[in-house]
Amino acid sequence: MITCLKNGRLYDPAQQKNGVQEDIYIAQGRIIAKPLDMSKVTKTFDLSGKIVMAGAIDMHSHIGGGKINIARMMLPEFQESKKYSEPEAHICTPNCSHHATPNTTDTGFRYIEMGYTAAFEPALMPVNARQAHLEMADTPMIDKGGYAMLGNDDYFLRMLASKKDQKSINDYVAWILHSTQSIGIKVVNPGGINAFKFNQRKLDLDENNRHYQISPRDILKSLSRAVHELGIAKPLHVHCNNLGAAGNFETTLNTMSASDGLPMHLTHIQFHSYGTEGDKKFSSAAAQISEALNKNKHITADVGQILFGQTVTASGDSMMQQLNAKHANPKKSVLMDIECDAGCGVLPFKYRDQNYVNALQWAIGLELFLSVEDPWRIFLTTDHPNGAPFTSYPHLIRLLMDRSFRNEAFAKLNLDAQAMSNLNSLNREYSLYDIAIMTRAGAAKLIGLNDRGHLGVGAGADITVYTDQANREAMFAKPDYVFKDGELVVKDGKVVKVVWGTTHTTKPSFDIGVEKDLKDYFNQYHTMQLDNFKINNEEISGDGRGSIIVHQNKQASH
Amino acid sequence: MIQTASTDNVAELHLMKSSTIPTLPITHCCPACGLLCDDLVLTATLPMNIKNACAKSVSFYNNAWQENLSVPLLAGKASDLNTTIQAAADILRASNQPLFSGLGTEVQGMRAMIGLAKKTNATLDHMHSEGTVRNTLAMQNSGWQTTTLTEIKNRADIILAIGTDIVTSHPRFFEKLVWNASSLFDKPSPEIIYLAAPKNTPEDNLKAGISPTGKMPTIITADTSKLPEIISTLNALMNGKKITVDQVAGVAIATLLEVLDKLKTAKYAVITWSASNFQYTHAELTVQSITHLIAKLNESTRVAGLPLNSGDGDSTVNNVSTWLSGYPTRSRHFEGQTAYDAYYFSSTQQLKKCDALLWVSTFNAHLPPHCDAPTIVIGHANMQFDKAPDVFIPVGIPGVDHAGSIFRMDSSVAMPLKKLRENQLPSLSEVIHQIEALLT
Repeated sequence: MITCLKNGRLYDPAQQKNGVQEDIYIAQGRIIAKPLDMSKVTKTFDLSGKIVMAGAIDMHSHIGGGKINIARMMLPEFQESKKYSEPEAHICTPNCSHHATPNTTDTGFRYIEMGYTAAFEPALMPVNARQAHLEMADTPMIDKGGYAMLGNDDYFLRMLASKKDQKSINDYVAWILHSTQSIGIKVVNPGGINAFKFNQRKLDLDENNRHYQISPRDILKSLSRAVHELGIAKPLHVHCNNLGAAGNFETTLNTMSASDGLPMHLTHIQFHSYGTEGDKKFSSAAAQISEALNKNKHITADVGQILFGQTVTASGDSMMQQLNAKHANPKKSVLMDIECDAGCGVLPFKYRDQNYVNALQWAIGLELFLSVEDPWRIFLTTDHPNGAPFTSYPHLIRLLMDRSFRNEAFAKLNLDAQAMSNLNSLNREYSLYDIAIMTRAGAAKLIGLNDRGHLGVGAGADITVYTDQANREAMFAKPDYVFKDGELVVKDGKVVKVVWGTTHTTKPSFDIGVEKDLKDYFNQYHTMQLDNFKINNEEISGDGRGSIIVHQNKQASH
Repeated sequence: MIQTASTDNVAELHLMKSSTIPTLPITHCCPACGLLCDDLVLTATLPMNIKNACAKSVSFYNNAWQENLSVPLLAGKASDLNTTIQAAADILRASNQPLFSGLGTEVQGMRAMIGLAKKTNATLDHMHSEGTVRNTLAMQNSGWQTTTLTEIKNRADIILAIGTDIVTSHPRFFEKLVWNASSLFDKPSPEIIYLAAPKNTPEDNLKAGISPTGKMPTIITADTSKLPEIISTLNALMNGKKITVDQVAGVAIATLLEVLDKLKTAKYAVITWSASNFQYTHAELTVQSITHLIAKLNESTRVAGLPLNSGDGDSTVNNVSTWLSGYPTRSRHFEGQTAYDAYYFSSTQQLKKCDALLWVSTFNAHLPPHCDAPTIVIGHANMQFDKAPDVFIPVGIPGVDHAGSIFRMDSSVAMPLKKLRENQLPSLSEVIHQIEALLT
């Protein structure tokens, strides 16, 4: 049985296809070459005039694990159903959660209804990995995966402090990937979450964690090298020190050099691009950051755009969230130290366009999008839910693609913030091809999903079909069709079939001898046994609904 | 009452079971309390021999291995699984607003319960929610700052236990987390302070707070119900307010100042409480008062809270309900929407209004409350009813009869539960899925 998608205009940057009209053939969940025997084509969709892209991939979205469930539990007021007008209205079914903390079912539905077919949890705490996978298992429609958090765990910091060789570090990192069923490694406020437990309230890139006498730079150097030498496709995912602090752009600039030229991904970089100029001692450093990004080809970044309205910030960065707690709106926050592994801070936040800082944050994000030249190295995120719920992506895409729409929005901002931003002098408008890079081809390449994010023969048939509309927000909010692994799952923006997606992982080889010392460590210091820390395959795939894909690593380089 | 299953039923049930029979000894995780100790080693059954067991776990496993009710009952008479599943479905089909209470289950069971609740417009409440809700309300009102077990084991230098001896609910707390010989940072053994432990606390229980070197805990005696005054005074002192009396609720102000001083000078103080012991009106305000004290202390030093739980899967049920529906329990599913009301959707309120009760208790043989409406009980095969419910379906115990996942008291860690023996009982989720299928 072969399905044919006929006459669509393909935006497929992985194959340099920029709006070319071509037919796509699908069999057994994959894109195949044009069949010799056309009689086997049993279903044809006429997509004349329609825009066809691979399913979108959100490379950074907090969709599973403790933090988000804490946010849900703390904020029952978020769950109330509301009536929305178009273009959100169709995204919001009467019982939906078009808000910052959707339940797992709504998360999957809202994503697929926008043409997203995969999302990656970027802060999967190893000790909390089981919960993250349980939640992701209950998230229908999309593929998922996680980046395991390291760099604040006492085991790793002890290794570094005792000058363990790089091979031992690499073995531990690989063991964590296996044990947590993850596809990448993340570090949040390197060393800072740990330092906060010793009552340190701030940690700069070259400042030592008081107990271990190790700096964030040491941690970044070690982890980026481990990721590189293990051949993991996804570069080390870095949430820099000093998130949200005025003047933090210097930390961000310096962080770019911490890996000695090895690949690193700086996440939600908008929150790390702040200067101290002006009367309010808070200014945009987007120009300096984007210039550095343009120059440093080993660095990629996602933006973490903020959009106005109510949301909740959920971060592993307990050190900085403790400082931010006074800005919580409504005024409440959950802060946790967790298992000598990491921590978390969850606090609701309302971004207001008449607030100077919030308005400038909005402008800084867009300045970054428009000033970073290479769309293969910058990614479209709101750091869901920290900058805004992921359901606001269509609005964000319109801001990037439509200069007059953007300038109208800018003109409504707090006037002092307008005076401190050069946004309306940036004339760039993203093309459909650029959007397809940022949200498909680039994201797949970054994470190492070779058979996703493109429409070439052999790709998994995750495909989104849109009607070309001048209003890009309306267009991206409501695809005509979404195919997941070749099955039609969304029609006219509504789910027509429920599927469950897969879990993407990577499992580089390592010396199992690493478990000897870990076992001793667990027995002495932990409150669970080593064997229970590990998530076995059966836990994810045993119910017959979930499944695991292990991605090949790049050639290991040591 | 002991019933024997017909051969047909056994054959039918065997189809649902995997054939792996674990060999002893087996190291496993114990779901008898919120600590979820995973160093228990079952070496023999009948008589039971378990290494690292506490009194609570011994009782749990003994109950599991006792002779029990292994067949379903219909109106108190032996029946079979299919008939009782059909009868349960009939009751729920005829009901407009059933109450699903008890909810003593693990992740997989709760997932199934939510699915059935959606199908039947049910209200959900856990058997231990009186205590849980006090914590949840405080957290929903102003948040909190908390810690987890491994942090306590390695960092705590003071433990202040408010309204609890800790070991009644969590027997191995001191053995595992407090008197450990080694810790990551070579800290001294923590100093223990009990404040207003319940009057009925056995004296021996407070001895758990004596250190291995013989250092005595500080015991501050007061009526647990006076905690609102005591904690408010601690907060007042913390905020530099002048107190004009010498004592509050029988506790000298000087004593409270000493406690405060210790908390302020600690490197990592832990304040723990058991909300289920705060048995007075609006006790959530006491929890909130404790969390405010913790927040204020954290402006200059490190202090963290640890709310104790009650067990029977309470942390699990709240977590699963929250990710699947957006709300913790005391929630109602209605026509595809979910509502949440920590007062109105309590079992106490809903037992008067519901037109069917589904009581679930799989870890322990907790009996259902009295209810005039048709009652279905699904749970532990050891239940001894005074008045048999309309339907009783015995199911396996998670962590004994089948595998599963369960959340620890601190919610940050979920543990895998193992199957320890082979028997004929289906799991709760299998039964619930079958009931749900009949309602389609």
